[in-house]
Order: sequence, then structure tokens, then C-alpha cells
Amino acid sequence: MIKEKKNSDPKSKDKNQTPIIEIKNLHKTFGGDNEVLKGINLTVNKGEDLVILGRSGSGKSVTIKCIVGLIEPDQGEIKVFDENVLNLSKEELNKIRVKIGFLFQSAALYDSMSVRENLALTLTAHKRDLSPNEVENEVMEALENVGLSDAIDKMPSELSGGMRKRIGLARTLILKPEIILYDEPTTGLDTITSREISELILDIKHKQKTSSIIITHDMACAKMTADRIMVLKDGVIHTEGTYEELEKDEDEWVRSFFESVKL
Amino acid sequence: MILSLKNTFSQIGSATLFASRFFKEIIMPPYETKEFLKQCYAIGYKSFPLVAITGFIMGLVLTIQSRPTLVTFGAESWLPGMVALSLIREIAPVITALICAGKISSGIGAELGSMKVTEQIDAMEVSAINPYKYLVVTRILACTLMVPILVFFADAIGILGGYAGINIHGDVNFRRYLTQIIQSLEFLDVIPATIKTFFFGFFIGMIGCFKGFNASNGTESVGKAANSAVVTASLSIFIIDMVAVQITDLFF
Ligand SMILES: Nc1ncnc2c1ncn2[C@@H]1O[C@H](COP(=O)(O)OP(=O)(O)O)[C@@H](O)[C@H]1O
Ligand SMILES: [Mg+2]
Repeated sequence: MIKEKKNSDPKSKDKNQTPIIEIKNLHKTFGGDNEVLKGINLTVNKGEDLVILGRSGSGKSVTIKCIVGLIEPDQGEIKVFDENVLNLSKEELNKIRVKIGFLFQSAALYDSMSVRENLALTLTAHKRDLSPNEVENEVMEALENVGLSDAIDKMPSELSGGMRKRIGLARTLILKPEIILYDEPTTGLDTITSREISELILDIKHKQKTSSIIITHDMACAKMTADRIMVLKDGVIHTEGTYEELEKDEDEWVRSFFESVKL
Repeated sequence: MILSLKNTFSQIGSATLFASRFFKEIIMPPYETKEFLKQCYAIGYKSFPLVAITGFIMGLVLTIQSRPTLVTFGAESWLPGMVALSLIREIAPVITALICAGKISSGIGAELGSMKVTEQIDAMEVSAINPYKYLVVTRILACTLMVPILVFFADAIGILGGYAGINIHGDVNFRRYLTQIIQSLEFLDVIPATIKTFFFGFFIGMIGCFKGFNASNGTESVGKAANSAVVTASLSIFIIDMVAVQITDLFF
């Protein structure tokens, strides 16, 4: 499965170089002195999976939260689908948000609602005239995509960590996004479950033709999913390249990520 | 001291902005009818037993306590009217509102607070669901409508409690008891008392939502949100009550 992806990789790169997310010189400081982002530049091309590596607290989540307008940066430019996200009105921003799936680190399922209601709420908020039958069908379809159709009547508290992530993913898939932002999709999961989630990410990319940013410090996940990897350090992009390129990198900081795999 | 004063004022400022958003968002479609009805059920129906019990006890205790004084003046026949009047005008609205502050306001504060802390509100935001409309408008509206209804029930059950209290020392016919109450009540006793319960409801809902919605990150802030929702809501009930009494006094 991995080999097959690597083979098809150069082809898609040659064909498609349309940038779908462009971030230029992004700065963000919290509380006056906590300078988290110091000029991030990155581009995601159509159909590409970009992995961002970085230690805890290095500002990975802040970066992708800026993309969907959850956090307002102090300086910089963010373009998604060629629109400048930072200048949009609330309505215009919401139109873009519908096309971006965001998988939170904690999955952020609505605790008071069943899995079905979690998905249905997201769907019906945008398509108010769907019949209950159509809603049910779409919910089922999204759950089948993540292989959890039998969890439909469960409450989030009854789900395991891996299942919560999958349901969270199903909830973003139900809107058929063109971009998916994954915030540490495998953190806190055992290796087998992590692998399943990584496979799911690949699967979704192939089936739904999405582009994504995957934040992680799980090198196994990065190896499976990344078309390109960026390493974040001290609020800037430190290094960039494919998995194979970074594997050979002599830089100590980059090495530290790979060494953690070997242990 | 000055810092905490400054803090209080800035809180009042943001709470006012928060509340004014309610009036803007409530008129704009889409309407979250389903969630609103769910909240009415959660807020109204589930608080009913608590309100019923306290209502009954209020009526009973008030009757038993007032009796000796009235007996001294030989005015025992005023007892039903007096009890009903104090219940409807003051005691039932305020006590019910305080109970709702404890139960509903803290519940909303904790619920929205934990949704905020666990990024559920952010999740709504990024899937382009308006969390203010979905969570806040529905809850404030449900409180504004349900608290007056709960107060109405507290009035009625309190009057029943009063009847039980009167019957401890004698045998009064229930119809006669009711007639006495209706004769002593005026239209003007009921209207201002009812109007103020809508304000109680609005503030109970609004403060719970405000505290929860603005919880900072970290799990301990959920408890803080719930706690400060109860304290602030209770305090504001007394303030509204005081203002309401002054206004009623001025006009009637
Ligand atoms: N909403 C916020 N308010 C204040 N500080 C924040 C906020 N979000 C993140 N931070 C700070 O930004 C830094 C980076 O956070 P984050 O992007 O979540 O790290 P990570 O790379 O682990 O995802 C942390 O030091 C955190 O304290
Ligand atoms: Mg993070």
C-alpha cells in the first residue's frame, strides 16, 4: 500500500502544482511576550499531503487554527482557494470553512449528542432542507468511510480514543471537504491504532481527492502519509523535504525526530 | 481592590455586549427550534420537582409562621390572603429564581465551559455552525420562558402548602380558602411580579452562558465558570428584584 503511493507520487506532483493553501510570513504572539509564530511560510498544493513535524508547544496547532480563522494572527497572509482568509466577512469565511475539514487533537465530539446527532448536526446546519432519510443515508455513508457504521447510536463517552478520532473524521467528511487539517491524528493511540488511522488518512486522500495538512510527531504516520514534510522549530520552518530527504539530513534537530523511531 | 473593581466593570461591559448579541441573533434565521425545545425540556421539566417541593414548603412554613402574629390581632381570617400575597409578589419568584440560579445557571456554565475547554465550541465554529446561535440563544430563550412558568407553578403549589398549613389548626374548606385568596388578590399584584420573572429567567440563562462561553482553557476553569455563574446570577436576582420593587412602587 505504501509502495503504491510512493510510485504514484511523482506523477501527481508533476501534473498538479496549483497551490491550495498559501501562508506567508505568519506571526503570532500570545499575551505580549509568548512569541509562538515568527514568520511561517508554507504552501500546500492541490492533492498534496503536507506533514508538519514539531515538538509540543512549537505552535503547530496555532498555525492550522489560523487557517480556519479560529485564531487571528498578528501579521502575515493566508490564502485558501486563492482567497485571503484574513480579510473575509464572517459569511464569506464560513463558506470557506465548509470546504475545510478540521480534525481536532481531542476529536472534540459533542459530548451531549450521540454519534448520529454529532454528524447530523454538522450536515443539517448547511443543508436544512434534507429529509430525515437523506440525512440518515449521508451519516451512514460518512461512518462507513471510517469503518464505524455500527457505532451510530453510541455516545462519545462510550468510544475509545481511536474510535473518537474516527468519528471526528467522519464528522468532517460529511461535508465533503476539499482540504482536511489533521491535528495530531495519532497522538495518544497505540501503534496498531495509529497505523489504522494513518491508513485511513491515505484512503481518504485517494477516495475523496483531498489535500491535507497533517500535524504529528509520530514518524510512522509521517512516513506513510507525507508527500512533503516541514519541520517547525522556534516559530519558523526549519527544514523541508520528502521523508527520504529528511531521513538523510545531518541536522541534529531533524535527526532527533528520526531517532525517536528507532528507540 | 482597584484592580478587582476594574475587573468587575470590564466583566459587566463584556456581559452587556454578550447579551446584546442575543437580541441581534434571535431575530435572524435560521432558527434552532429543535435545540430550543430540547433546552425547554431540560430547563423546565427537570427543575420542576425541585421547584414543587420548595414551593410547597414555602407556603406551609409561611402560614405556620404568620399565624401567631395574626391571631394576636384577631385577624386570623386574613391568613390565606396574606400568605398568597407574599408568595405571589415576592417569595415564590425570588426563591424559585435562586433555585434556578443554583440548578440551571451553574448547569449551563459547566456545560458550555467544558464544551469550550474541550474545543467543542471551536469545532462548531470551524464547521460553520454559529455556536452563539445554537448554544446561547436557545438556552437564554428557554430560561426566559421557563422560569416564569416554574414561578407560576411555585405560586400554585405554595398556595396548596398554605392550605395544608392552615388545616393543621382547624378545618377550612378548600373552596373557601381559594375564594379568600382570590378576593384579596388584585390584578396589579400579579402583573409586576410576573414581569420580573422574565427578567430573572433572562439573566439566569445569560449569565450561565456568558460564564461558560468565556471559560479560559484548562479543566479547572469549568468549575470556576459554574461557581461564578451561580454567585453572579443570585446576586443579579436580588438587584433586579430591588429595581423591580422601586419601579412598581413608583407607578402603582
Ligand atoms: N488561545 C491561546 N491563548 C494563549 N496562548 C496560546 C493559545 N493557544 C496556544 N497558545 C500558546 O502557544 C504555544 C503553542 O501552542 P500549540 O500551537 O498548541 O502547540 P503545539 O505545537 O503543541 O500544537 C503554547 O505555548 C501555548 O501556550
Ligand atoms: Mg497541538
